Amino acid sequence: MKEILLIAFAAIITENFIFSRFLGICPFLGVSEKPSTAAGMGFAVMFVMAVSSALTWLVYKFILVPSGLEYIKTIAFILIIAALVQIIEMFLKKFVPALYQALGIYLPLITTNCAVLGAALLNIQNGFSFIESVVFGLSAAVGFTMALLIFAGVRERLRFATPPAAFKGIPLLLLSAGLIAMAFSGFSGISL
Amino acid sequence: MSQIKKLFTDGIFDKNPILVQLLGTCATLAVTTSITNGLAMGLSTTAVLVCSNLFISLLRNFIPKEVRIASYIVVISGFVTAIELLIKAYLPEINKSLGVFIPLIVVNCIILSRAESFASKNKPVLAMLDGVAMGAGFTIALVIVSAIRELLGNGTLFGKAVMPDGFEPSLMFVMSAGAFFTLAFVVAGMNKIMSMLKKRAEKKEVE
Repeated sequence: MKEILLIAFAAIITENFIFSRFLGICPFLGVSEKPSTAAGMGFAVMFVMAVSSALTWLVYKFILVPSGLEYIKTIAFILIIAALVQIIEMFLKKFVPALYQALGIYLPLITTNCAVLGAALLNIQNGFSFIESVVFGLSAAVGFTMALLIFAGVRERLRFATPPAAFKGIPLLLLSAGLIAMAFSGFSGISL
Repeated sequence: MSQIKKLFTDGIFDKNPILVQLLGTCATLAVTTSITNGLAMGLSTTAVLVCSNLFISLLRNFIPKEVRIASYIVVISGFVTAIELLIKAYLPEINKSLGVFIPLIVVNCIILSRAESFASKNKPVLAMLDGVAMGAGFTIALVIVSAIRELLGNGTLFGKAVMPDGFEPSLMFVMSAGAFFTLAFVVAGMNKIMSMLKKRAEKKEVE
């Protein structure tokens, strides 16, 4: 139980996917304009990452390893993620249209979110068990969502900032993200 | 000939994948702690980009439109796996320091965006050259960012000490916050150069 909690804590805070591992920066800069869209993207990512961590772990353990095909795991994982996102999209459209309305536009973007593939690969690299993998995937996504929400709040303020012309847009966003990353690096002193 | 020249000015300058289009930021921020890492990442991405552009261009008349993105991903991940195995076999040090970011070249948006917007519409030779040009732009940007970070964060270049004795390295630049700050300043510098060039061109037109 203690290990599970440690994995979750590390994935959310001390090794946050955005601020210390740099996974999922594209959607982080892309959809953090408003807190509401940030939350939508965050929930979609949580859902996909928990399910994909479970699926990729099972496929690796019970299909790739027994047949000696570990080396094609990158290809297998990206296909699983792409198919999974497609299936979730169709399922939601048919059975939970309300949720589809809310998350629909974010789903296609998730396939190329490196956080999803990154979590799947890190699960294997760290030798996690099935439960640990699912917990890691889910908590990494929670950390991602938290980062997105914090940043969306900061961006609402940035709209009124008047930086030098060359810093308008992306450089200003990167600088603010850097400041938040600095705050997050304070957590790295926590040893468990 | 002028078309080829345009490919290279686009790839390295006007449409530089990192400094102008802001694609592939994950890799840019994560692996630029030293020039060696930045260069290795740039070159491996370029290799994948050239191969996948060539292959997708060759297959452009056979891939059905509806499943094109999935097909591109399969082609790209195939080449990434090949590069990954090569690096593991011949450059174990690089493999250790780049870690999970080598397989993650698959989801580097630069490669998919070149496949979709260029390779699927152009002849194989042109597509390959586009891969070389975009890869060069990516590598140059990575080297610039990693040179700044290694110099300020460690006082070294390619692992050799170059700064004067009194220099106190600032650890922040090799940490995650420094990655964001360095990229911010490099992109801002690029913006400044672009706007200055634009102004100069306008002035010439008036005269």
